[in-house]
Amino acid sequence: MKRTFVTSAIAAATAVFLAGVSTSAMAQGKLSGDTLKIGVLTDMSGLYADYGGPGAVVAAKMAVKDFGGRMFGKQIEVVNADHQNKPDIAKNVTQQWFDRDGVDMTVENLNSSVALAVQALGKEKNKITIVTGAASARMTNEDCAPGTGIHYLMDTIALSNVVGKAIVKDGGDSWYFLTADYAFGHSLEKDTSEVVKAAGGTVRGAVRHPLATGDFSSFLLQAQSSGAKVVGLANAGGDTVNSIKAAAEFGLTKKQSLAALLMLITDVHAIGLNTAQGLYLTEGWYWDLNPETRAWAQKYEAEMKRKPNSNHASVYSSTMHYLKAVQAAGTDDTAAVMKKMQDTPINDMFAKNGKLRPDGRMVHDMYLFQVKSPAESKGAWDYYNLKGTIKGDEAFQSLAQSRCPALKK
Amino acid sequence: MTEIFGVPIQALMGQLMLGLVNGSFYAILSLGLAVIFGMLNIVNFAHGALYMVGAFFAWMLLNYAGINYWLALVIAPIGVALIGVLIEKTMLHRLQQLDHLYGLLLTFGLALILEGIFREFYGSSGLPYELPQVFRGVFDLGFMMLPKYRVWVIVVSIVLCFFTWYVIEKTKLGAYLRAGTENPNMVKAFGINVPLMVTLTYAFGVGLAGLAGVMAAPIYQVSPLMGSNIIIVVFAVVVIGGMGSILGSIVTGLALGLIEGLTKVFFAEASTTVVFVIMAIVLLIRPAGLFGREK
Repeated sequence: MKRTFVTSAIAAATAVFLAGVSTSAMAQGKLSGDTLKIGVLTDMSGLYADYGGPGAVVAAKMAVKDFGGRMFGKQIEVVNADHQNKPDIAKNVTQQWFDRDGVDMTVENLNSSVALAVQALGKEKNKITIVTGAASARMTNEDCAPGTGIHYLMDTIALSNVVGKAIVKDGGDSWYFLTADYAFGHSLEKDTSEVVKAAGGTVRGAVRHPLATGDFSSFLLQAQSSGAKVVGLANAGGDTVNSIKAAAEFGLTKKQSLAALLMLITDVHAIGLNTAQGLYLTEGWYWDLNPETRAWAQKYEAEMKRKPNSNHASVYSSTMHYLKAVQAAGTDDTAAVMKKMQDTPINDMFAKNGKLRPDGRMVHDMYLFQVKSPAESKGAWDYYNLKGTIKGDEAFQSLAQSRCPALKK
Repeated sequence: MTEIFGVPIQALMGQLMLGLVNGSFYAILSLGLAVIFGMLNIVNFAHGALYMVGAFFAWMLLNYAGINYWLALVIAPIGVALIGVLIEKTMLHRLQQLDHLYGLLLTFGLALILEGIFREFYGSSGLPYELPQVFRGVFDLGFMMLPKYRVWVIVVSIVLCFFTWYVIEKTKLGAYLRAGTENPNMVKAFGINVPLMVTLTYAFGVGLAGLAGVMAAPIYQVSPLMGSNIIIVVFAVVVIGGMGSILGSIVTGLALGLIEGLTKVFFAEASTTVVFVIMAIVLLIRPAGLFGREK
């Protein structure tokens, strides 16, 4: 008993000593709190838990670990919470994080209703909020928060630009939408409709289903009777998965084609290649793009026992970019960190020459993929054929087109 | 073409057909709940989770042991029924003398635990279960494409519902069961093993849930969340039908499937809410439910 006490006392003393040394060695910067705290807010257990969830927490922790775990000699801490896809819960948690727990930045924030609430709060409290999983383009348009809000992975405009254009070019010029009835679905339907119409196509109509609907057959029947060539799925996660399964079951895919406007590799994995093969989809990242992505995916897989999707990769990348910006700025002051984040191009396994714009949009290349057939696939997670790389400036809305009121002079 | 409120009659027919399929699931699940509540006075909140476990059993049998859909249709419900026996013998049995609320809390807790376990191992987006070969393809009814498998679902559920109703209302075994609920001591005096009967009834009720799970596996994703998505609606069905009423739960299950189907055409946004609106109205007018008897 006594000996253990002595040992731990020595250990503690050494730790304090070492900490003192490293602080003095890296005394270029200062933090406002005792630690640098990063909050990962996500859906830990609901229909989007594979899309973000525990994997997003692991990705953020990997970034902190790879960074070295300390900032100016102080600990970097990752906390997380489950928002259950409810904006009010998300808002309460974030408020508590900012006001009481000293959280400096929140990341992930999937579900557009949640993301809009969190971003608005970040603007009010002058804290950086990084949205990766949510897609509504309102984040950098009507509801933008320049100076605090960052939209990192993709948005409804880029999604519709890439897949929408490709499909209309292929002859799919009449559309009908199956839309998730909340902020994200509405944005995606609106933005894709605009792309389709601009490319000379028509929109026959849309049906809006509640979030987390179990049975989609009724909506698909409506889509079937619309006679449109393309049925656009303006939904995500479990809703997309169930729509695609029902479409296959009802033989919809024989006469009409499906366009999954937001689908990640975890969804393809859940559906299985038999049903998903041939689908076009767009993602900002894929684990099997190059040696760098494969190496990171392997590290992630060692922790999570499954491959990461683009959302997980972007949580890592954005957290790392933030940490480097804090280090370069020598402070966790929001304005200084944001300036560094905007001034420094992002070059890592996620993006090449990624650029963070004043409206909060992170511009990077997007990829058009087609899902492999079971015969082409070499095994689990070998799911995509790369059909095209779309330059960031083409995929995303230009800064001049942004409807962000704060940027209009 | 004739139209009703701007919807062609043929499209409407299709929607009613689909409503009937969903109604079939509601009916099988609420039937199990009604049997358990009617005979045992237990509000079984673990029902949805056991439905999910049934689907997972089918998936595991296929993927780990190569056992096909037909055998799974028999084995999985038996497996779920055995879990039911375990739950009843070790836990629910002890709560018999207490208020309903205790059974409700216990089964609700069990549901959360089961869901958590499966989520931990299989993630939340679920797993695909291939449709059996015979059921691939659709019937072209002219006004709609009806997948063969959905027809099978309707047939099975109607047969099952009728069978259960017949056993409980018309046979001697059913009479023992109903008597055992009314006055267990009196029935014991006639030399009938009431505790065993109670255990088997619970096992049968959750076995039905397991069967519904296997039936649902090829249609929906086999996902840990599938139970909690459906259970609330099923409870609404039971409440509307009248707690414990066998016939009530069957009729209400099918009827609500139809109403939900219609809502999906006329006001899709409200399709998940409509059941609860109906529940509120029914409770205001007939507090014991449509088929329930006030005690």
